[in-house]
Amino acid sequence: MALCNHALELTGVAGDPESPVHRLDPRAKVLGLVAVTVIGVSTPVRLWPVYGGCALVLAAVAAAARVPARQLWRRARVVLPLVLLVGVFVPLVRTGGTAYELGPLTLHEAGLTVLGALAAKATIGTLSAVLLAATTSYPAIMRALESLRVPRLFVLIASFMHRYLFVIVEELGRMRGALAARAYRPRHVRDAAPLGRVATAMFLRTYGRGERVYLAMLARGYDGRMPELEPLRLRAADLGFVALVVAALLPFRLAI
Amino acid sequence: MSCVVHLRNLRYAYPDGRAALRGVNLQIEHGERVAVLGPNGAGKTTLMLHLNGLLSGEGELEVGGADRETLHELRRRVGVVFQDPDDQLFMPTVREDVAFGPLNLGLARAEIGERVDEALGQVRMLHAAPRAPYQLSMGERRRVAIATVLAMRPQVLVLDEPSASLDPRARRELLGILDGIDRTMLLTTHDLPFAAELCERAVILDAGRIVADRPTLELLGDAELLARHDLELPAGFDLARIAPPARVAA
Repeated sequence: MALCNHALELTGVAGDPESPVHRLDPRAKVLGLVAVTVIGVSTPVRLWPVYGGCALVLAAVAAAARVPARQLWRRARVVLPLVLLVGVFVPLVRTGGTAYELGPLTLHEAGLTVLGALAAKATIGTLSAVLLAATTSYPAIMRALESLRVPRLFVLIASFMHRYLFVIVEELGRMRGALAARAYRPRHVRDAAPLGRVATAMFLRTYGRGERVYLAMLARGYDGRMPELEPLRLRAADLGFVALVVAALLPFRLAI
Repeated sequence: MSCVVHLRNLRYAYPDGRAALRGVNLQIEHGERVAVLGPNGAGKTTLMLHLNGLLSGEGELEVGGADRETLHELRRRVGVVFQDPDDQLFMPTVREDVAFGPLNLGLARAEIGERVDEALGQVRMLHAAPRAPYQLSMGERRRVAIATVLAMRPQVLVLDEPSASLDPRARRELLGILDGIDRTMLLTTHDLPFAAELCERAVILDAGRIVADRPTLELLGDAELLARHDLELPAGFDLARIAPPARVAA
């Protein structure tokens, strides 16, 4: 439970909510930060200075939004190890260049280069996403995606997932409480069976809730389209932000 | 006085064949407040879902001239407040949630803003407009859920177990708020004192039929009738201390 709550605390807007970055149209931020990611990820390792350029742009955005580096690190830390796990074995397998003996293991230069590039790309992508989430509320991101023609069904599923995450975490907490209250302390893998039943119960409850929410939507005249309260408006500053990010990186990426 | 809700021989069976409503007859006049009492499984929620056209059984159903043929009109006229506010509040913020119904009605933006403010004001939750539903207490969520329906300005307000899982203070506040809403009201509950304070008329629904239909205080005074249908007043509860809801039906 503590873990779930901790994870939920790491979502949501951080930094100064009145900063120029926070006030940008969410579509501009989605486009701008996706551009940084695409440029970073598509850059081959021989053009490595582009990685530095991406990092500089991200640092500038974070500074303008007054999101502290510590906060960014705490959030990125959740995702990065999983991404990097994929790459840690590459230096052992990918041969080429100088070989380094490290106890029983042999690391190869070619593999190390791949790992380095992977780490740089993963960091750029993760930081872009973390910055977007820290400067834009979840509902605003959803509206941006919808307006950028992401299929409505995906956007709806993602919106509901976020809305009901809190309800489900509360329910899960109550169930864990109920298990603990009856002295359930799993110590062995055989003790895991009740957790499976909790998972089943959670699924059934969530399914039932889904049905009830849908009825409640129909009751208020839902006809398959989510109505929008205030339409998004692109201003000069929003276009400027996207243009600036792309102009700072793209020539650099194409020129070298 | 004219009838706003008209149910005649309403029948419904679940897909597995179990009968939930076995011929419900109920007429409700403009401005009346009616409590539908009954044990769990009596068909209260099923009845409520019919009023809004969410379930469709056999028999006659008409609300303010709209029936199941004009589903959109029916939903405009009947506002249903579900038992669990978390089922009802699905938008990211309170304001967007209250605006959801009016937006579906295709109203102009200026009017939507006006209705949202009015509805939140009626349940004293205007201050919570920018907040997310999960940041609210149970009592507050229930009030916002009522506002989401009031914003559609329905003729009939239908509430499913409105006092469920509220603490005494939240329950008292809700009672005050509902009492201040001038509208035809139908509420399902087994909180009998709540029904006594709010509704002048009560019916008992048991096993899919209306088995009693009387002024609330008179009905609740019949201990034998209540016992027969698995209902009872809290121990030591004195009906004489409840002021009969002195409402003049509009």
